[in-house]
Amino acid sequence: MKKAIFYVALLVFITAAPFLFPDFRTQLATLWLMIVVSMTWDMTGGQMGYNSLGNIFFYGTGMYVAAIICIGLVHDVGLYNDAARSEIMKFTDTQYFVGAIVGILGAGIFCAISAVVIGYVTFGLRGPYFAIGTLGVAIAAGELVSNWEWVGGGQGIALPVYPGDLDTGKIFFYFLFAICGVVLFIFLKWLYQTRFGAAVNAIRDDEEKAEAMGIHTLRYKLTMWALAAFFVGMVGGISAFQLIHFEPLETAYQTINLGIFMVVCVLLGGKGTLWGPIIGAILFHVIKEVTWNYLLGWQWVALGALIVVTVVYFQDGLMGWLLLKKPEWFGVRVEKKESTTESVGGAS
Amino acid sequence: MDQILGNISLLFEFPVVNLKIVIDGLMIGALFALAAYGLALVWGVMNVKNLAQGDFVIAGGYVAWYLAKLGLPPLFGVPIAFVIMWGIGWVIYKTVISRVIERDLFTSLLATFGLAIMMAQIMNLLFGSDTQSIQLQYDTLYMFDGFVDIPIAKLLGVAMAAALAAGVIFFMKSSRMGQAIRATAQDARAARVLGINTEKVYSFTFSLNAAICGAAGAIIVMVWVIQPFYGITYSIRSFVIVTAAGLGNLPGVIAAGLGIGAAEQYGAHIFGIGYQQAIAVLLLLFVLIYRLIQQKRLRQSLK
Repeated sequence: MKKAIFYVALLVFITAAPFLFPDFRTQLATLWLMIVVSMTWDMTGGQMGYNSLGNIFFYGTGMYVAAIICIGLVHDVGLYNDAARSEIMKFTDTQYFVGAIVGILGAGIFCAISAVVIGYVTFGLRGPYFAIGTLGVAIAAGELVSNWEWVGGGQGIALPVYPGDLDTGKIFFYFLFAICGVVLFIFLKWLYQTRFGAAVNAIRDDEEKAEAMGIHTLRYKLTMWALAAFFVGMVGGISAFQLIHFEPLETAYQTINLGIFMVVCVLLGGKGTLWGPIIGAILFHVIKEVTWNYLLGWQWVALGALIVVTVVYFQDGLMGWLLLKKPEWFGVRVEKKESTTESVGGAS
Repeated sequence: MDQILGNISLLFEFPVVNLKIVIDGLMIGALFALAAYGLALVWGVMNVKNLAQGDFVIAGGYVAWYLAKLGLPPLFGVPIAFVIMWGIGWVIYKTVISRVIERDLFTSLLATFGLAIMMAQIMNLLFGSDTQSIQLQYDTLYMFDGFVDIPIAKLLGVAMAAALAAGVIFFMKSSRMGQAIRATAQDARAARVLGINTEKVYSFTFSLNAAICGAAGAIIVMVWVIQPFYGITYSIRSFVIVTAAGLGNLPGVIAAGLGIGAAEQYGAHIFGIGYQQAIAVLLLLFVLIYRLIQQKRLRQSLK
């Protein structure tokens, strides 16, 4: 009952947030983006023990796929992205919304499929090799896309602007991100309680033993990564429409920005927990915005330092720290040590 | 596509072009091998996978570039970069690396990645984001009617890289510290039991790695260009080389370094210079998949 009230209150707050803080609508949308990518990173990193540094690949691919679908439904993609084109290509309102929704869903599905294809190869790699291999996939994809003229090359793609006034546009994108995040949260809350979740945790704890117990590990790993990629691809697609213009190396396949931020968010909040990535993302986003405002020019150095400090000194994250300090909050019962004098006295 | 086919047919019509590409590739590859040797050293001795490797290279390059800008003869930059990067490596070891050695491998990977971002940004703030290089006043040798041009500066760079490598190898083989490093790499616990101060060995190894990278960077700035954000590509190249060659396999590291240098030059020639970074990364994936197939045959996974 208490929990139900908490969740309803949270949902009301989420719905009311863009109207309560009208100046921070874009900020809040970005916060939802961080929450979603952190939670999806934790699906493989925290729950399954496969630390990917290349999840940003799905974000960038989602952006491109969503944009190409939206443009391709109406115009010729190659012509649209041609830097030298003279005519202005227009979208009607229906074309925009149909293109956006179909594009975002299509981006999710495409990313899920590509996760299966890439995972089939890379899941043979373990530990640090997996991290480096996925990082390689993300960097290579960015470099290749930036040389591909059909999708605009290094210039990137400029999508149509949201039809209607600016404020409704901001609210529209906020709710797209928020719906994505809420659906993902409910889905993960259910998933981690199922047999599937237990099997995935078994892979994290000891893959060889899990396999010996009869779990088809590759199938579980691929499913998990594809689910994560589906959501990352969708938020990537939403970002593409929100940002309007994006280019391959700095925005889409931003390996050293969002690609590493999501890992830090999860580590800050606590790996392998449901709430950890969310808390971590909020914490990180606040820190990031503060440093951006007050340390002009040095913000990147501060963020690098934050990564190092988090990883070296605070790796268990907030949730891990709480688990250590207040185990009773998590339903873990700690047996109090009985005072030795008493037992000695009893024996005599 | 036509352009790619044209570039390939050029290789067959004028075989001399191949020679030029291979020579260029080997010269660059010698420097890659140097950075990769440092990575193999750190990886083998203390089991830290250093993603800041490339940023050490670039930092060494900026040291040499800054000194040349102050008016020192450019060749002095190499030993000075060696010394300065030694100090920076020691500080980084004491503050960060010493705390991640005993932890799992992803920790060290992520910590050094954070370090790499930090170093790249600091260099960006200090020196600006333009590409920089030192112009050396040396002639260029021409062979085969001018098809093959070898700048003497590049030859000098390769000679210095070879001298540095020879010095480090001699040091590892014969000195007391080199023996201690090799003993620690074999079994750190046994080395500790036998009275080797492994903490000292670790800090020495990491500083040596940073110094080697710094010297390599000081050579690179004379024969090529550097830019604050080029570091990650050097890190990835080092990983490609070490993954391909395996740990503790010095001839393998040198051969893989030279081979990757040549392969990159071929790729850049065939697909165009815009693909150079992509080729370096794709080579990593290629090597990883190749090693994976190799391990699959033994029913093992790449750990």
